[in-house]
Amino acid sequence: MNLETIKSEIEASVSGCRLEIIPNASPSEQHSLLVDAARAVAVARFLRDAAHLRFDFCSNVTGVDWPSKEISEKIKVKKILDGVEQEVEETRKTQSLGYLEAVYHLYSVEKKHGPFVLRLRTEDRENRAHLPSLTPVWRSAEFQEREIFDLFGIHFDGHPDLRRILMWDEFEDHPMRRDYVEPNDYEYEPTAHDEVLQKAKQHQNGVGC
Amino acid sequence: MATTTYPTAHITPKPSTDGGEDQFLEVSMGPQHPSTHGVFRMNVVLDGERVVKLKPVFGYLHRNHEKIAENESYLGSMPYTDRLDYLCSITNNWAYALAVEKLAGIQVPERAEYLRVITGELTRLQNHACLIGFLMQDMGASGTPLMYAFREREKILDLFESLTGARMMCNYMRFGGCRVDASADWLQQAQKVMEAFPRFLDEYERLLTENEILMARTQGVGVLPRELAVNAGITGPMLRASGINYDIRKVDKYGIYDRFAFKVPLGEHGDVYDRYMIRVLEMRESIRILQQAMREISPGPIQDPKTKIRGFRPKAGEAYGRIESPKGELGFYLISDGSPNPYRYRVRPPSLINLTVLEEMCLGQNVADVVITLGSIDIVLGEVDR
Repeated sequence: MNLETIKSEIEASVSGCRLEIIPNASPSEQHSLLVDAARAVAVARFLRDAAHLRFDFCSNVTGVDWPSKEISEKIKVKKILDGVEQEVEETRKTQSLGYLEAVYHLYSVEKKHGPFVLRLRTEDRENRAHLPSLTPVWRSAEFQEREIFDLFGIHFDGHPDLRRILMWDEFEDHPMRRDYVEPNDYEYEPTAHDEVLQKAKQHQNGVGC
Repeated sequence: MATTTYPTAHITPKPSTDGGEDQFLEVSMGPQHPSTHGVFRMNVVLDGERVVKLKPVFGYLHRNHEKIAENESYLGSMPYTDRLDYLCSITNNWAYALAVEKLAGIQVPERAEYLRVITGELTRLQNHACLIGFLMQDMGASGTPLMYAFREREKILDLFESLTGARMMCNYMRFGGCRVDASADWLQQAQKVMEAFPRFLDEYERLLTENEILMARTQGVGVLPRELAVNAGITGPMLRASGINYDIRKVDKYGIYDRFAFKVPLGEHGDVYDRYMIRVLEMRESIRILQQAMREISPGPIQDPKTKIRGFRPKAGEAYGRIESPKGELGFYLISDGSPNPYRYRVRPPSLINLTVLEEMCLGQNVADVVITLGSIDIVLGEVDR
């Protein structure tokens, strides 16, 4: 079971599909395959149905949040200083675009192999956080994709029953995102800890924390 | 004399009137109901006694375990994993330790592996015994089977208490080993408990296996077909009751499970009775594993000396580790960015995923069978809701 060969097989049978192998540096050597969201369902069906692969068991589905990061790089710029052209080093800061990721761990009950790690990425973290649902392919993704929708805010198009699962229906934010801030709307039970007392004070004064 | 007015209370739910001739009744079963094994609710639509629709609702125990673990050191989450499936804290520890060991490439000394197998299989024994007790309780066999199971469980919990200091929240495993070594006395005591267990099983089986009421209530109830079981990611005794030979102890051979001779019991019909029977047979196989492990265990170190447990910082990367917990496949998915706490920490809870097919198993059944079908899945809400 070589990831490279599976990649070329998918390319051969699913037309117009962009794939990328994401290496994993840890000793577990569970490398993953990043699949272009537009063709994800076709790729999933191929992985499930191909006679020698038969990944019929989708074990684990989860989300990962990768917020936008500030990348600073040093570049050399030519500038005119005191009438003389000089080469000056400057740091340029760029924002990398953040995205959300859904990770699927696939096994084969029939062939007893695995795991095969499949990754899908959204375009951004706000308005275009959509991915195709793989629940029609593997039923086991039903609750887990609902959980990702609930906690990370990825919308799975084609999911039969996309509702919140762990948080209550009226809840608005997505608590597993890295930039999630706890709302200042619960009752504090002040204890002897300074941090809690300070928070309670802010809450009583109506200052957001 | 002043008249007291009482507010009108609707004790019986009203039938919905928009169904024309077919009047359906919507019932909310739970969340505070003894048969739901915790705080769990099912929105059931009934046509007379027959279930037409069923939607499980959970999240009442949600505390965002994953988020807490992401703000905690790797070791700091270890005691918290005890609280997932609070009946089987040792197997939870094992799954987490296994995932971290995969992430950082840690080797576990042989004695520690044996201790893991011994404590893990003892956990399986007490979980399955209690589950059967709970299932009988759901069926109306008040008291006796459950109390018999609890009596046996208490003996195993006493062993855990003397080994780890806690009956249920054991916090026993460490990355690359176990926290404390078992003394010769402890092993002797464990041997006694193990040798007495088959007698309890025989007694239990005499009481239950060929019991007419049990057979009438469970055979052909809550049937789960093979194809659906695999596609819906069902694992553990439930999957094997549907006749699929998939035991992670055999497939992955994690730890030292390749050294033991044991069988994987399989069901034929995938009904509640098969799920009961699979658990009885698995307990007998667990005893076989325990006998071999107790015989083969030899003195040695219990902790990998190269692993720094405090201030543990694995290199950037990711790993998914899974074990066959008593409830099914318990997995941990970790992403490290090289810092002292995990970037992403995910628990794959078998209880939650085994609930996916609850509606399919209950459709067309009587409402009383919903209770035993749910009981036969073996859920613990601490793990479902996390």
